[in-house]
Amino acid sequence: MSIIVGSDTRLCVSGLTGREGSFHTLNNRAYGTNVVSGVTPGKGGQDVEGIPVFDTFRESVAATDANTAMIFVPARFAADSILEAQDAGIATIIAITEGVPAHDEMLVYNALLRNPGVRLIGPNCPGVLSPGEANVGIIPAQFFKQGNVGVVSRSGTLTYQIGNELAQRGFGNSTIVGIGGDPVPGSSFVDIIALFEADPQTELIVMSGEIGGSAEEEAAAYIAEHVSKPVVAYIAGLTAPPGKTMGHAGAIVSGASGGGQAKVDALERVGVRVGRTPTQVAAIAVEVLGG
Amino acid sequence: MDLLEYQGKQLLERYGMTQSPGRAARDIDAAVAGAEEVGYPCVLKAQVKIGGRGKAGGIKIAESAQQAREHATAILGMDIRGFTVHELWVQRAVEIEDEYYAAVVFDRSAKRPLVMLSTRGGVDIETVAAETPEAIATLHVDPLTGFKPFHGRRLAFEAGVARDVVFAVATLLGQLYAAFCGEEAMLAEINPIVITPAREVLALDAKVTLDDSALFRHPANAALTDLSDADPQELMAVERGLTYVKLDGDIGIFGNGAGLVMSTLDVVAGAGGAPANFLDAGGGAKADSIVAAIEVILSDPKVRAVLVNVFGGITRCDEVARGLIEAVRLLEPAVPFVVRLDGTNDVEARELLTAAALPGVVTEPTMDGAAARVVALAAERSA
Repeated sequence: MSIIVGSDTRLCVSGLTGREGSFHTLNNRAYGTNVVSGVTPGKGGQDVEGIPVFDTFRESVAATDANTAMIFVPARFAADSILEAQDAGIATIIAITEGVPAHDEMLVYNALLRNPGVRLIGPNCPGVLSPGEANVGIIPAQFFKQGNVGVVSRSGTLTYQIGNELAQRGFGNSTIVGIGGDPVPGSSFVDIIALFEADPQTELIVMSGEIGGSAEEEAAAYIAEHVSKPVVAYIAGLTAPPGKTMGHAGAIVSGASGGGQAKVDALERVGVRVGRTPTQVAAIAVEVLGG
Repeated sequence: MDLLEYQGKQLLERYGMTQSPGRAARDIDAAVAGAEEVGYPCVLKAQVKIGGRGKAGGIKIAESAQQAREHATAILGMDIRGFTVHELWVQRAVEIEDEYYAAVVFDRSAKRPLVMLSTRGGVDIETVAAETPEAIATLHVDPLTGFKPFHGRRLAFEAGVARDVVFAVATLLGQLYAAFCGEEAMLAEINPIVITPAREVLALDAKVTLDDSALFRHPANAALTDLSDADPQELMAVERGLTYVKLDGDIGIFGNGAGLVMSTLDVVAGAGGAPANFLDAGGGAKADSIVAAIEVILSDPKVRAVLVNVFGGITRCDEVARGLIEAVRLLEPAVPFVVRLDGTNDVEARELLTAAALPGVVTEPTMDGAAARVVALAAERSA
């Protein structure tokens, strides 16, 4: 078992005909992901290396039975594309696009609340990889193999770093989920941790957070009440100065909120072990699962 | 992007908010001319993005052109907690009977705008929130429905606004919300809203933060500048399209991906060092952009050593190595480099670096080891 993407994924890519979109889609297909179609308004009828392109998500779903969308369009079109995918009945939407305006993200989030069957991952995320089954996004799959550690992270490269440290110690992954570093991600730590808790393949949950917002504190409260599996955490940006946005639009310590130490404290208070470096996270995982 | 007070006020004015007339000025003559236009008494206010302007002597009242000239001379160029004053806002003084507080905040946790109103304005609202939270009326707005007139009335009545200005304050809240959404702000705050003896409701100060990611839809806002922001390295980085934040230390940092770079800063600090900057070269960085990034890092004279920490995903490590080799040959840095590369094409990258045998460039296999090495090298050079 895996979560969000797997062998039953039927992927439709919005922005397939773009340079980045086609490059990563073909990588995903080469990995074994079932890519069934693409959407680019005005380019219906074309194909990208045999993947048929449609003008609208509705046509794409009708013709190919797509159940998962990957959003690869430029930031100004991303919100529209996400809403089009859900309007066409797609239940899993993974938005890679970075730089999406915060108000767009807020409107999309609140619109999707009215359609509880839809799950949005991202925007500004590296995607979701279930090793051995499917890769949707830009995660370099070669570093990861199938296993029992579920990883959820706000950052791409930091996920690879932690995942690689785990891999060097022999661990594989059930699923790796990048939820993205933006102010209003479609899915939070809580949403993904709940899925890992219910997933029989996952025996350990690794969450990689960072400064800004309160998603890590909310995760801590959720873990205390609802999670029986061990959780190991990492928080990036403990030494970042207040008032500066550290690369991710969401990574800013503002006023009294968003500081890294408060997140570490909240997690440790509920029994989550927090590694001080990515290397330490892997070392703790060895202790917990017995290497 | 944080706006200066007057930029925020001009933005709110477009949404119909009533304010005392004012003029922006970048030199003494313009300040005096502005004072003559708005009339006396007027207030000259330093335009810097930091609180405590009044206490620092950055806000003065002028009764005449001569006084306006004296105050403008004193305030322009003044240093307020590290910010040099380059601009003034000259505003007609108003008589104050009551001071209120209003704000719309992008509430990330609730994923909705939060509207706040209090009759305890003119003071630090975080103190009010901590000491007497019941003195602040709050409301989360469904962004799909928007802020309706009844929301404004509800907040005004709940906050205990004086009855004769309830409707005016409710209207102002609607304008503030419209500006927040229309300009795609993360924060729009007025502290204080002033009630004059004639029972006019005026916005006396404004604090607006805009979403950088939305500036492409608001070219007029994107063009707003603040001369006091001009850190030379940060300007250079912006011109080159890099994500760079200047910090206080002496170890230059080059990495890819915001999370990994933040983690690198922490690991360097944990090894006893002090990072000079945050620099995210982004995904898929190519050789020429790496040269540009290294140049920005080295332009900071405090830098004593540089750490390159890359995990290749989309970014190929061999591209990073090529860029690094080019940068070192081109820029001939006077400081040592510690390089740690893992991920896509890392073996090839290490071979390239070994073959190039660059002076002053060493490689380390792990992130923790690289951090320790760069901290030691920087310490040697400061001794």
